[in-house]
Amino acid sequence: MAWDLDSDRPIYAQIVEKIQMQIVSGYYKPGDKLPSVRELAALACVNPNTMQKAFAELERSGLIKTMRTTGRLVTEDIHMIEGIQKALANQQLQIFFEKMMKLGYEKDQILSLLEQSIREQDS
Amino acid sequence: MTALLEANNLTKTYGNDTVAVDHLTISIGRGRIIGLLGPNGSGKSTFIKLINGLLTPTEGTILINGAAPGVESKKRIAYLPERTYLQSNMKVNQLIDFFGDFYEDFQKDKAYAMLQSMDIKSNTRLRTLSKGTKEKVQLILVMSRNADLYILDEPIAGVDPAARDFILKTIISNYNENATVLLSTHLISDIENILDDVIFIQDGKIKTQTTVENIREDYGKSVDAYFREVFAC
Repeated sequence: MAWDLDSDRPIYAQIVEKIQMQIVSGYYKPGDKLPSVRELAALACVNPNTMQKAFAELERSGLIKTMRTTGRLVTEDIHMIEGIQKALANQQLQIFFEKMMKLGYEKDQILSLLEQSIREQDS
Repeated sequence: MTALLEANNLTKTYGNDTVAVDHLTISIGRGRIIGLLGPNGSGKSTFIKLINGLLTPTEGTILINGAAPGVESKKRIAYLPERTYLQSNMKVNQLIDFFGDFYEDFQKDKAYAMLQSMDIKSNTRLRTLSKGTKEKVQLILVMSRNADLYILDEPIAGVDPAARDFILKTIISNYNENATVLLSTHLISDIENILDDVIFIQDGKIKTQTTVENIREDYGKSVDAYFREVFAC
């Protein structure tokens, strides 16, 4: 299946987000070997040079590293992965709060709605 | 290194008053997947035929690896024409032998591996295959060559979405790093994720030559949306 990508944003940035997500969610575990650029490009149905650019960005951030003999590996630095997980969570919270404010809720109301929703999901 | 393809003031007129390609100047490098985009009648197919030496320029020059189209350029270009020229009573394995005899760079093992991965039986006749499968067979024949330039004229017209994905994956996984793929289509949204660059052509002239990521970054919209705006259709 080709990856579902937005049409109005740079593709490499969206690939970076997807791979970050796959690492944070544990689809690729710390120390796992990633597929080659070509394989992943074919899987996602994107241009190999774009995939390369996304990999370069992920390498720059330290989330993946290139080993000369074994290929690209996911970092084993758990703290870094947790850091990215937190950053992604904050992004989602930001979006959530913006939408709730647009609906006319105040911060304390949002909090109580959230607590109520969690209780309902648990029961 | 010389550019893979260089056109200078390239012009092709049909009869006295139809100018299909109009003083077109362009340089195309190696290792790119390029979309050749333009409305119907914009000159895409004429340009492609000039590259392949199927038409001769009325004016101007076109060079492939620094030389005019001819025997040498045909050895280096793998071309998927808009309409098939294959004999429909031939079996798939006969076509593979035919291509193997014809092109030095044809890799039979690669062709058979691709057929197998697409579940196409090699002892069937071309005319018994569905439209989508025929397209796949032709693409396999073209992509099994180890060429410098792959020219695919409307490779995804009239195939279902699954076949389209398969065709795109085949293109991505089979061109070599120094080769360039030139893809002509008007189904832009289907292919824009696999493109490095786009060339917009209109009235036989180059309107824009840029990268997909530039369009997205500069205009915040897809190539498809940008194309509609540029050509106001």
